[in-house]
Amino acid sequence: MAHIQVPEDVPGIRSLVMFRPETGKPLYDLAQVLLRGESPLTQAERELIAAYVSNRNETMFCMMSHAAASRHLYGNDKNIVDDVLKDLQHSQVSDKLKALLNIAGKVQILGKEVTEEDIADARKQGANDREIHDTVLIAAAFSMYNRYVDGLASFTPTDEKEYEAMGKRMAENGYVLPNNQK
Amino acid sequence: MPHINVDENLPGIRALMAFSPETATPMGELANALLRTNEVLSMAERELIAAHVSYLNDCFYCQQSHGAIAVCYLDGNNDLVEQVKRDYVNADIPDKLKALLAIAGSVQKGGKYVTPEQIEVARKLGATDKEIHDTVLIAAAFCMFNRYVDGLAANTPTDLASYPLRAKQIAEKGYGNHIFSSKQPVPENA
Repeated sequence: MAHIQVPEDVPGIRSLVMFRPETGKPLYDLAQVLLRGESPLTQAERELIAAYVSNRNETMFCMMSHAAASRHLYGNDKNIVDDVLKDLQHSQVSDKLKALLNIAGKVQILGKEVTEEDIADARKQGANDREIHDTVLIAAAFSMYNRYVDGLASFTPTDEKEYEAMGKRMAENGYVLPNNQK
Repeated sequence: MPHINVDENLPGIRALMAFSPETATPMGELANALLRTNEVLSMAERELIAAHVSYLNDCFYCQQSHGAIAVCYLDGNNDLVEQVKRDYVNADIPDKLKALLAIAGSVQKGGKYVTPEQIEVARKLGATDKEIHDTVLIAAAFCMFNRYVDGLAANTPTDLASYPLRAKQIAEKGYGNHIFSSKQPVPENA
């Protein structure tokens, strides 16, 4: 049960933003810009960074939903997502994305964990300033969303099918405040 | 030196916001919604939570900045702010705020560290759902802001006299993209 009285049976962050739409709006706007706005990283890659950080934070709700969104966006290459979540180093992602995910993993621990070497390695694989910026901010933002969802013990569905539908909706419609949706 | 090429005349998060105004806009709106209201928790209490979490995350820029903003709201009581950052348990603040700071400290470690007992203690001291919600989200949000600033190694001014000047700007006008697009305050003797 959630620590505060939020709408029942509404999963994860959706129940929290319905409780407090004043903060819900900028939280959803930030997710929309970060994960759907302009970036040299594809939407599938950005969702994968979100799922990777959420997995490290052991936040089931965010991990399952963003992994599902990433799989949907990767289409035929959807196996990449589970490969990365299982074992980043031996996964089939590009060396550049591997280097960026390494940075995201450092940010998940704490900002200062990111070293000059981590950045140099990403640059060597072709990452530019914008890609490094977006990676760090996605990882930082999910260090927030994960804590918000778990810190208030919001409802986490256990049925994988439910996440598949959620991921499809997130991939196709983006991040829209729940009370704006029919 | 920052990990990416940002305006070197802008300190801390301001340079990152100027690099990426599209993401800066919702981040500024989030900061205003969380920190610029006296609804259930005062602006001073909200900034104290932000400064304490930034202290725990060892983010010098954020703890100095939000500490200085709290000082603006607390009639210059810098000693109290320093005490809350480092050792709130022994600070001269209400027990309810101490219970909320304990929750914030758990959120800083990870969302799952918040226990039903901590929530119970806060409730017994009069905390409402909205106060608990806002405390958790302020703490979570600073786990983002702190990581953004340090993860990109943003410029951190070492001149402590510059922080109250920027704090005054926030206390007067709030957060938002004006903090990087308008002229930066400079000490008079600089």
